[in-house]
Amino acid sequence: MTEQSLETRDMLLNVGPAHPAMHGIVRIITRLEAEVIREADVEIGYLHRGFEKMSEEVPFNGVIPYTDRLNYVSPLINNMGYCMAVEKLLGLTVPERCHYIRVLMSEISRVCDHLTCIGATAMELGAFTVFLYMIKAREFLWELVEEVTGARLTISYCRVGGVKADLPGDFAGRAQEAIRQTREVLKEVDKLLTRNRIFVDRMKATGKITQEEAVSYGITGPFLRSTGVSFDVRKAQPYAIYDRLKFEVPLGVHGDNLDRYYVRMEEMEQAMRMVEQCLAQMPPGPVGVSPETGEPIPAAEMVDKAKRGEIHSIAGRAAVTDPTLEGSGQSAHPAIGAAEKRVFLPPKEDTYGNIEGLMQHFKLVMFGHGIRPPKGEVYFPVEGANGELGFYVVSDGSDKAYRVRVRPPCFTIMAALPRLLQGDMMADVVPTFGSVNMIGGELDR
Amino acid sequence: MTGYFLIKLALASVVFFGVLNLAGLHTWVERKQSALMQDRIGANRASILGLRLFGIFHPLADAVKMFTKEDFIPAGADRFLHTLAPFVSIFFALAAFAGIPFGDRLAVGGQMIELQVAKIDVALLYIFAMLSLGIYGVILAGFASRSNYAMLGSLRACAQMLSYEIVLGVSIIGVVMVFGTLDLQEMVRAQGKYFLGVVPLWGVVLQPAAFFIFLTAALAETKRVPFDLPEGESEIVGYFVEYSGMKFGMFFMTDFIETVMVACLATTLFFGGWQVPYLRPEGFFFPWGAHLAVSQLTYVLLGVGAFMLKVIVFCWLFMTIRWTLPRFRYDQLMHLGWGILFPISLANVLVTGLVLACFGNAN
Repeated sequence: MTEQSLETRDMLLNVGPAHPAMHGIVRIITRLEAEVIREADVEIGYLHRGFEKMSEEVPFNGVIPYTDRLNYVSPLINNMGYCMAVEKLLGLTVPERCHYIRVLMSEISRVCDHLTCIGATAMELGAFTVFLYMIKAREFLWELVEEVTGARLTISYCRVGGVKADLPGDFAGRAQEAIRQTREVLKEVDKLLTRNRIFVDRMKATGKITQEEAVSYGITGPFLRSTGVSFDVRKAQPYAIYDRLKFEVPLGVHGDNLDRYYVRMEEMEQAMRMVEQCLAQMPPGPVGVSPETGEPIPAAEMVDKAKRGEIHSIAGRAAVTDPTLEGSGQSAHPAIGAAEKRVFLPPKEDTYGNIEGLMQHFKLVMFGHGIRPPKGEVYFPVEGANGELGFYVVSDGSDKAYRVRVRPPCFTIMAALPRLLQGDMMADVVPTFGSVNMIGGELDR
Repeated sequence: MTGYFLIKLALASVVFFGVLNLAGLHTWVERKQSALMQDRIGANRASILGLRLFGIFHPLADAVKMFTKEDFIPAGADRFLHTLAPFVSIFFALAAFAGIPFGDRLAVGGQMIELQVAKIDVALLYIFAMLSLGIYGVILAGFASRSNYAMLGSLRACAQMLSYEIVLGVSIIGVVMVFGTLDLQEMVRAQGKYFLGVVPLWGVVLQPAAFFIFLTAALAETKRVPFDLPEGESEIVGYFVEYSGMKFGMFFMTDFIETVMVACLATTLFFGGWQVPYLRPEGFFFPWGAHLAVSQLTYVLLGVGAFMLKVIVFCWLFMTIRWTLPRFRYDQLMHLGWGILFPISLANVLVTGLVLACFGNAN
């Protein structure tokens, strides 16, 4: 008997950059032995847009639309993080109601983000129905977001020192209804997945990471919490009004895909509870036309009456301005924007009505003026949907940031991805990569 | 002799076009069914002269699209094998239908016509042989495409389909033992008996364990979720990743045809084929004593209708399974096949054998 040796070679498989499981654009070069991944190399940067450099070129408020495009599934959290960083630099506090609105909107965004993440993972595992259920639930929430911000994806809702506009009048009722519907969907999904043997088998013990490793990679968010480390920026370093809300930080044990699924599912419930608490605790503030101001009357009529000296009949009444004129109903601003002339635009009535308002307006919008934080640097972390989302802003005293640096939560997780994939099977790339919840915009900036 | 050929030709074309249309309609029903399950509307745009009919023309539109698309063969691929693969796939899938009996004998002009394209006394073996040959299409597609993804897909397909073929084979040994024949027509006739005169003694009643194993293994044979590893569209895109146009369409159709095939087999082996409960050639004999006479033609047509209905119900069942479950992983699939289903089906054969040996032929 002669001994024959069969020559075997490992297969190099390029997963991505255009591959159905690679959300956004990323490339994983894998070395496969049959179906087992021996080595994986992650190549990122396909969506690099130079966010940080662009932020040095535009005024402070001009950065906000760019932050929308970081984590585009939960842009409100990015908005909030950036604005709070600049506010910290300026040393100003925003009104109570503004805090509540920001927190409420970020928690809604967190639910959206987790819905997308779990839905996409399930879809890539073949459970397409779950994905569509999740997207349906996200739709309920996005309708809310659209109602508040006027946009679905690139919402640019926050401003340095406040938010763009107050919540619409009937918001509380609609939000409660949307939450109720979302809970129903989640219950349905829970039935479809949580005790589904195939799903559990696919998720269990894949993409495993230990506590020590997760910490040493600098991983945060649901990914870290799935290993059992209780770190949540909202608890560790409460910002805005998170210290007033009651919520729990769900923790996993094994640090595998299944635990990450559990953690995300529970976090959604916690986030929805926070939304409810925000709605209940939200301090009142004028929404729309306040009762003290009378019926608005057409501007021309107001001018005529004023000319005739009928001052009393127009006292306390607002003029109906062009609906495209932002600020026609901005008596609401005091409740949602800082009463800080250095940062927040005055109501349009003031801009057009008195010289102080006009000056304030132009000092903020004119080239070479604008928001000018004092010299200094700040780092402000918020709990993004994927983990700690930090903004590091350096100001040299001019109207533009000297340097803006983002700490994207999924960057550190992507760094650990080759380690996570090693030894798993080719088919495990999908759930592991899904639970990383890589968002190209945030990762590549 | 000419008459014989004409009859066979007619039967073959009925089955051929019937199956193709069923598979085509299946794509539409599938889209609608999944839409229903997922709170969507589903395909409803295709129209002919403004007539939409809930999008029933989508299969037509798809066919037109497939035929007019560029037929692309990647550089470095084996052109001949690459082209051959989809034909192999679809040919054997269609050829297998020749063995399926879809009705009882029909008397036309004094001639008794078996409603089965090819009267083969080992039809079951024939069908299994055809299905096994169909795997060659998948294997060729993967190997001839010169793509790592396609290669992985066809490797998976090989392993999966060969393993499950064995489970499938063993699971129906019990049925064959009970009915004592490999002739499907005879098998269906044998299912026309009743337990205590009430419960039809269909395969599923006699061999429940075999039925569930068969259903699972058969689902795996169709390469659809939760067994769609060879395709695994979000992992490796599939063994047909390098195919376009109608060649892709053929693979696509093969999946549907195989689904119909498996539904036909499940119906024939376990759900009495064309048997209508309490219907005998002379008419209905209900267990409570009522009797309703029907003509021979009605009897046969009722049988064909019942067969169709059962097949459609099975197709629908597969669809709902497909849109509910996620996909297995390769090692889990192998474990399910070899570690769970195979021993159970062997045990089933053993138990069936023992029962038959002790109590004689149950029939």
